[in-house]
Amino acid sequence: MSTVDPGLRDEIIAAIPNLRAFAISLSGSVDKADDLVQETLLRAFANISSFNPGTNLSAWLFTILRNLFRSEYRKRRREVPDPDGAFAATLTTSPDQNSHLDFEDFRAALERLPPDQREALVLVGASGFSYEEAAEICKCAVGTIKSRVNRARNRLGELLALDSADDLAPEKSVGVPVPATERL
Amino acid sequence: MSGKRNMTTEDENEGRGPMADAVAVNAPRTPGTALDGDIQAKIGQHLRAMYDDVVRQGVPNRFLDLLTQLDQPSGAGKKPGGGAGS
Repeated sequence: MSTVDPGLRDEIIAAIPNLRAFAISLSGSVDKADDLVQETLLRAFANISSFNPGTNLSAWLFTILRNLFRSEYRKRRREVPDPDGAFAATLTTSPDQNSHLDFEDFRAALERLPPDQREALVLVGASGFSYEEAAEICKCAVGTIKSRVNRARNRLGELLALDSADDLAPEKSVGVPVPATERL
Repeated sequence: MSGKRNMTTEDENEGRGPMADAVAVNAPRTPGTALDGDIQAKIGQHLRAMYDDVVRQGVPNRFLDLLTQLDQPSGAGKKPGGGAGS
């Protein structure tokens, strides 16, 4: 039957905020992200019998969402990113106390990561999944996730170091002074 | 000491290889400069701040409405009588 155990239903609801945050990081658009989450919920309820109770519900839902995004991504490329950034559109607080790195810089740098790296970084660094769980969600080896996360961090570090190196002596600019026109 | 925050990962990592501390995105793995470590710490902070900001918005009504619909047997959910697990 399509009825979902109330406890499970509550757990699914509790996962929605995290699904949205992940979806925004994937799709680069809040509207798109909410559509993805909606589709994920429909799939989850329709296929709830294939969920194995006692296993990680959150990882299961993230997997569905990611698969949906991927299958759509193959059809049409990532939507033209909102110039102000999807996260910025949802921003209600500004986490910039004591930080000399501008939050905007960070967001822009994150947007520039390859999707594989960005998703690995978000799953491990923000969603709180282990490498093993992230590997399961992304259907790849644990080592692959580790290397994607590392590359993402290094790349972000480079991009952000370039920004802040403007203030300091830019003796080691890594040679990627790409301005905002890169996307063309 | 004056540790404002204990860096538990600082030197017990030595024998564990380069991947060992990569788990913690906020733990600066910094063979290089202080700037490097600083930036890696900021990356972790910003990433979570950005993410948590969305999480804090909770569950939009749109999804609660959807779930309510799905709960109703006659609704747009699934055809009743699938007989899979009742």
